[in-house]
Amino acid sequence: MNLLLKNGHIIDPATEIDAIADILVVDGKIEKIGQGLSSPKQSETIDLNSKVVAPGFIDIHVHLREPGFEHKETIDSGCRAAAAGGFTAVCCMPNTNPAIDDASVVRTIIEKGKNVLHGIVDIYPVGAATMARAGKELSPMFELAEAGAVAFSDDGAPIESAEMMRRVLEYAGTIGKPVIQHAEDVSMTRGGAMNEGIVSTSLGLPPMPPIAEDVLIARDITLVEYLGSAYHVAHMSTAGATELVRQAKRRKLPVTCEVTPHHFALTDEAVRSYDTNTKMNPPLRTQRDLEAVIEGLRDGTIDVIATDHAPHSFDEKQVEFTAAPFGIIGLETAIGLSLTKLVHTKILTLQQLIEKFSSNPRRILGLPKISIAEGESANLTIFDTAVEWKVDLDKFKSRSKNSPFSNWPLKGKSFGIVNNGFAYINDKILS
Amino acid sequence: MPLSTKHLLGLEGMPKEEIQLILDTANSFREVLDRPIKKVPALQGKTIVNLFFESSTRTRTSFELAERRLSADVVNFSTDISSVRKGETLKDTARNLEMMKIDMVVVRHVCAGTSRFLSNILDANVINAGDGMHEHPTQALLDMYTIREKFGKLEGLNVCIIGDIGHSRVALSNIFGLKTMGANVSVCGPRTLIPKDIEQLGVKVFHDADKAINEADVVNVLRIQLERQGGNLFPSLREYRRFFGISKERLEKLNRDITIMHPGPINRDVEISADVADGEHSLILQQVLNGVAIRMAVLFLLGTRG
Repeated sequence: MNLLLKNGHIIDPATEIDAIADILVVDGKIEKIGQGLSSPKQSETIDLNSKVVAPGFIDIHVHLREPGFEHKETIDSGCRAAAAGGFTAVCCMPNTNPAIDDASVVRTIIEKGKNVLHGIVDIYPVGAATMARAGKELSPMFELAEAGAVAFSDDGAPIESAEMMRRVLEYAGTIGKPVIQHAEDVSMTRGGAMNEGIVSTSLGLPPMPPIAEDVLIARDITLVEYLGSAYHVAHMSTAGATELVRQAKRRKLPVTCEVTPHHFALTDEAVRSYDTNTKMNPPLRTQRDLEAVIEGLRDGTIDVIATDHAPHSFDEKQVEFTAAPFGIIGLETAIGLSLTKLVHTKILTLQQLIEKFSSNPRRILGLPKISIAEGESANLTIFDTAVEWKVDLDKFKSRSKNSPFSNWPLKGKSFGIVNNGFAYINDKILS
Repeated sequence: MPLSTKHLLGLEGMPKEEIQLILDTANSFREVLDRPIKKVPALQGKTIVNLFFESSTRTRTSFELAERRLSADVVNFSTDISSVRKGETLKDTARNLEMMKIDMVVVRHVCAGTSRFLSNILDANVINAGDGMHEHPTQALLDMYTIREKFGKLEGLNVCIIGDIGHSRVALSNIFGLKTMGANVSVCGPRTLIPKDIEQLGVKVFHDADKAINEADVVNVLRIQLERQGGNLFPSLREYRRFFGISKERLEKLNRDITIMHPGPINRDVEISADVADGEHSLILQQVLNGVAIRMAVLFLLGTRG
């Protein structure tokens, strides 16, 4: 593939470049960066008109649902959604059926991903920390890592027992892989449907107290302090948890965390509609929590924005609120929500946003560094910060449409991606 | 004046004038109930389905009587489910019923928000007969009617609700309705039975039963759900009875009369002692009678708003 990207606003925190320039990509590599580059023969030229060109974004918290739940999402539809949403890579969570607790599952997922859009989206599976995510026996993490797993988690459920968590941290730590915790003390949330507070009381919905998240993180941080292994908090949502992670970082512990766009864009007030697309786990929290995670994003406590893309079929969500499954899709709204809620509001600079979508998550997972420099592989996310659009779920590539952001006006959107020798721009693959 | 809404899903946000309208309309139906022939043709030709996904004798009977006394055709659909059913979804059940040309649906369900969910997918009027721990609006309306009948007003009265506030749709609907009507509402129970932050609904919280009833004109005693003990919310019925039960001894300490209500069914000598339940200041049976009138009023107002 030969591709000339004209007039891109290149921002790469790694190389500290922040300038309008042209990028010439030849055979998947960045051949030249400069002003007024002319296109060689047989190359596609796209004038970016100052759209941002950033190192490729990765979403480290995605449920691709395959194998086992292909009516919700498949590797094919999930990777297409990722590409359309501006991600050159995703980490898929192990709560599939079978769970990702066997090397053959890891390999199958990675192989299948290579057949979607010519493999433009890299899949980095997260292996199960325990067999069948049941919290009883360690998974074969060495083998899973050898096959390509980049981290370990029982996501969808927490690693409950302190003893099991200790062993998981030690064993994963042996091979330098982080443990990703779905932090929820389930003894406090059993049967719950939404955040505990005045809204849950008014709606009569069974509550999930925010401290159920905090107490597990506090325990885990105690373990991390003792053991020294890398620990990452998935979809962190409370003010209390943000403060716990902030303190842990001050003590130089290897603790990192992510937040989802819905936790900085919505509060539990949205549940008043009883719309099951406002039901997720962790649940939407209060305004105070929202402000705390935004402060955490601003001051660097929160390293990563990840979507917790959790597709469910239409009918699965068309039931009583308490009976509905937790989760919403997020791949195709993440950039728009982040630009609208964080960048246009001056909470984050574009550089900071790019770090949270690209370099920080790659560093946490120990993935190869990428940068926008001559001679490097072209792994790029291109987005338009100014375009105003309305969320139209019918146009989304994900097989499921469970999103609370239907018809939301957003400012900013992915324009395209370049990776592995291909480009995906305007719904079309360029090769 | 007709009601502004097509459905009765709850009392949260319902304007004062509309609550007033329902209570006033119930007055005229109360009078019908005292006639030798207790039937009026107001809803003749309307078909009402009572959709009960949770066991209920009292509320279902009360609705059914109200419907028949308004001359409606009545269909009962009851399935007792303690957890969410496998098989046909609620949406499919509702759509099937709709194809049978139902005009009104009275629904009770273990899940909060179910009546709202049905109102979004059905053309029929939906009346909430209790949804999970959310609301039970006709119960609160009949409670308010009964209080108003006795005191001639609601504004300024002090009403204390005592019991498992956290799991009670009766409490929540009463709080919303009574606050709108200008009454002062307090709740009482151990902290395990009181939702965190409930003060934000404008109610006073007591953890001492004597102090709570000391300020009250009316005490609404909630049924203590025996099955809730599994949730470890209080140690034993004996302890609950001693510290929160409404007994004659507790009331005698007050040196004044206080009105006693209970949504039923009562657990005699648990949350309320038999002598108090049957005592002269108890309105418990009056509530049952008024319940039919209130439900007639609601059905009539919704069924004839055009």
